[in-house]
Amino acid sequence: MLNRLSVKQVKNGLKEKRFSSLEVTKACLDAIRKTDEKLHSFVTVSEEEALRDAKNADEKISKGEDAPLQGIPLAIKDNFLTKDIRTTASSKILDEFMPTYDATVVLKLKDAGMVILGKTNMDAWAHGSSTETSDYGATRNPWDISKLPGGSSGGSAAAVAAHQTIAAIGSETAGSIRQPASWCGVVGLKPTYGRVSRYGIVAMGSSLDSAGPITKTVEDSALILSVLAGKDPKDATTSPLKLKLKIESDIKGLRIGVSPQYFINGIDPEVESGVKNAVKTFKELGAEIKELELFDPNYAIDVYTIIQRSEVSSNLARYDGIRFGKDRSYFGEEAKRRIMLGTYALSSGYYDQYYNKAQKVRAIIIEDFRKAFEKVDVIIAPTSPSLPLPVGSTKDSSMFGELADVLVEPSSIAGLSGINIPVGFSSSGLPIGAQIIGPQFQENAILGFAKSFEENTQNAAWRKNEPSFTEVSKGKPNL
Amino acid sequence: MPIRQLPKEWELKYNWLMKINVKNVARLANLPVSIDEEKKFEKQLEETLTYIENLNEVDTTEVKPADNVTGLTNITREDIVEPSLSQEEALRNTKSTHRGFFKVKGILDAK
Amino acid sequence: MKYEAVIGLEVHVELKTKSKMFCSCNADYFGKEPNTHTCPVCLGLPGALPVPNRTAIEWCIMIGLALNCEIPLYSKFDRKNYFYPDLAKGYQISQYDEPFCKKGSIELSNGKKIGLTRVHMEEDTGKLLHETIGDEKVTLIDFNRSGVPLVEIVTEPHFKSSEDVVEYLKKLQQIVRYLGVSNADMERGDMRLEPNISLRPVGSSDLPKYKVEIKNINSFKFVSKAIEYELNRQEEILEKGETPAQETRGFVEASNSTVSQRTKEEASDYRYFPDPDIPPFRWTADYIEELKKQIPELPHVKVARFKKDYSLNDYDSEILTRDNALSSYFEKSVEIGSKKGILPKQIANALINKAVDPENVSPEELVEQITVSNQTTSLSDDDLNRIINNVLKQNKKAVEDYKKGKENAIMFLVGQVMRQFPEKIDADKVKASLLAKIK
Repeated sequence: MLNRLSVKQVKNGLKEKRFSSLEVTKACLDAIRKTDEKLHSFVTVSEEEALRDAKNADEKISKGEDAPLQGIPLAIKDNFLTKDIRTTASSKILDEFMPTYDATVVLKLKDAGMVILGKTNMDAWAHGSSTETSDYGATRNPWDISKLPGGSSGGSAAAVAAHQTIAAIGSETAGSIRQPASWCGVVGLKPTYGRVSRYGIVAMGSSLDSAGPITKTVEDSALILSVLAGKDPKDATTSPLKLKLKIESDIKGLRIGVSPQYFINGIDPEVESGVKNAVKTFKELGAEIKELELFDPNYAIDVYTIIQRSEVSSNLARYDGIRFGKDRSYFGEEAKRRIMLGTYALSSGYYDQYYNKAQKVRAIIIEDFRKAFEKVDVIIAPTSPSLPLPVGSTKDSSMFGELADVLVEPSSIAGLSGINIPVGFSSSGLPIGAQIIGPQFQENAILGFAKSFEENTQNAAWRKNEPSFTEVSKGKPNL
Repeated sequence: MPIRQLPKEWELKYNWLMKINVKNVARLANLPVSIDEEKKFEKQLEETLTYIENLNEVDTTEVKPADNVTGLTNITREDIVEPSLSQEEALRNTKSTHRGFFKVKGILDAK
Repeated sequence: MKYEAVIGLEVHVELKTKSKMFCSCNADYFGKEPNTHTCPVCLGLPGALPVPNRTAIEWCIMIGLALNCEIPLYSKFDRKNYFYPDLAKGYQISQYDEPFCKKGSIELSNGKKIGLTRVHMEEDTGKLLHETIGDEKVTLIDFNRSGVPLVEIVTEPHFKSSEDVVEYLKKLQQIVRYLGVSNADMERGDMRLEPNISLRPVGSSDLPKYKVEIKNINSFKFVSKAIEYELNRQEEILEKGETPAQETRGFVEASNSTVSQRTKEEASDYRYFPDPDIPPFRWTADYIEELKKQIPELPHVKVARFKKDYSLNDYDSEILTRDNALSSYFEKSVEIGSKKGILPKQIANALINKAVDPENVSPEELVEQITVSNQTTSLSDDDLNRIINNVLKQNKKAVEDYKKGKENAIMFLVGQVMRQFPEKIDADKVKASLLAKIK
């Protein structure tokens, strides 16, 4: 089934003329039609555009015109503006919003020849780690549809895990790529902040937002990153440093840091053992494991909550229903909570206590990582302290998202790059992920480690697991 | 699920310093909030504020607030004109327009 | 009780850059069809990001340098958060605690030094139009002006009179025009003024506990009227033993008065924080030096030089340096004229007294005109001598007066000589000859 292929496999197949982009695209659209009623990964399926893009791609391929993603069907998270394709950020406020321009990332992907399948579901305004706060209803985890896929890029992660698409694009402010990738058992890369342009992405936390690929393999991740990366004159926070991809999966002699602080109190024991097994694998592959003391990630929750919600309160001020969209009464509860907390934290008399204090602790976190990376090349840790949680877990929580992302917030706050790789499954058949964190602009390092793990566990039994698309009972599922 | 426990009811009651005036904040934030929502948000926001209190445990004397994480400075663009959106494109996403202008209900109080 | 005025000024100057402050839309918005100079950035559309205009920043710093400001080597943009329909993003990108320029000063003609608190950059808002369509009262919004670069110049409350204020404004306008960074035309809105006015008892050095901000002053002629009205109004209140309300008032042209707009009892909470979309600025001392070098000769320096180099008096110097174009024209003419024996004073005369129009007459043509008029008299030196001798003989009293020290007498005699001729003769030449003969 063509929709189950990876980007690399599709590229090879197209080159060798074993099939066409139109065939792959149709297979994906078919899969979406068959499974999305259950999964609800998509807000908008752009069937017309997808078929048109695929036909164009096939024509170009027949003429020998090549491009890095020529003819590859992708799903794009719905906070990336797509010209003439409805873009909602999963919020009722943007229910009818038709952008007149593309996000820079979308333009780059179009130039690279992608076929756009549609826009994926997310936590409304990216406010969350579950996709449950979407104004259009939650996306379900393909491994067990009574569970959440994680968030906020839950739709993108679920779509990849369920083979509704070949690959997908997500965004991360703190965890929104890595965590749903972990809960859906796929590869999710958060590039260094400033590596990829934010222009045309509905802003959440301006000093944190990072766009990145969610894929089936590490190689796919690297390929898409090379299309996305680059300084954008329209985004003053993008770095002039050019991405020079060089992925070495030979990690002998390289140093991995493991921090007891990241195996926090209350972590799911299966997650802990799953990640610790991964560490063992790296050791067997020749890496040097070093224990590290890192700044308590629990403080990162506070820093992130304050800085992110403050930036959110300002970034969402433009949604007043005058020039576009509906008025502010259409904001969901989570959005209102975050806007108000942020407004409060920035308000007169509180700025020093909250925002300024948080920025100071941020400086401490940045320095802490800098010192750590003098001793190790990368850091490995669990991505999420829990397995995928049941639908309904976030109801009325005052800060579900920030609590769930405790282990990814520190690296996001410091603007580092991080990748989630699937490392196994729980006894209940739910994916377990580990994250590899690297210094700024060292995506090569984390991709190298990730590739090494992937190559050396290719034949592991758990790699043969398939998403159940059902509600798995509390007992052992059929694996 | 919570790894750190959210504050208990009694913690909130005695944390009178935390009393957040939701009505005021909602006004500042230009957010319509119903009376019911007010009560609910008050509890939730106070929970969050109590939770993040522990940031005070971190010693930040002599620490300067973080700048941009990229370390970039002096990013500007040249003074060159590029095409704007057409009037139609600019107005396309709303129905409330009038002769090329955006239209809202009359504002009585001048700025 | 005698009161003295305590006035501080906030002036906004719109820069005449080609593009806007944070996007590449054409900044020349005046008189254009509504919403035709907009883009996702200045329209506040989702995902749009600001990128600062380098020229605008340099011009802001140059204004600060021209006003003797310190230029801190670190600066940044901040977000000023508030809601209003003409503010597309729901925040204005401005500068809060680390502006581009600080602590400057400017000297008035009476020697008074006005302190400048800061000179900073921000972006302009859209324009609102209040109308009635059918039965409905509506407000129409045009975002063409949204995002145009503004420089805000804030003074200390050092002004004590409306005359001082007017002089300051004129000087500021002149400097900004000299720098070529703005048209600074109050009527077109590219220079806007908001005075903060209060009164305190004479002799007190405390700042008054209230201040009133006046908006909507759209031309120089209204500046004095607005200030005078407001000072009177406040004095009346103080005389009653009350304190004027801290508020914003609007100037009403029709009645030369001010009316209350809003009470400013609670200052708006703008929740300033550093704009995370724009990295901060770190200048080097060299860079600031480079900018300093780009500043043209400023008015007060030019005036001094004209007096010295061209032997002109105060009045002539001020007029000839009123704007850059005129002073350049003058100096060009002097250069050409010097090769033909024409003195700077003659050129000054021609421009000031005889109202030669620099628009229609080139410097070469002007010099030509003066040369010709000097030679208009086909008068031989002998003829001139004969006439001068005659005049001297016929006006012995005037000669006596002059010898006794009455300077004006010489001009009388010059006049007598010149009356003899329908055409022009060089008055200075005549004067020189007369003097020579008298001695």
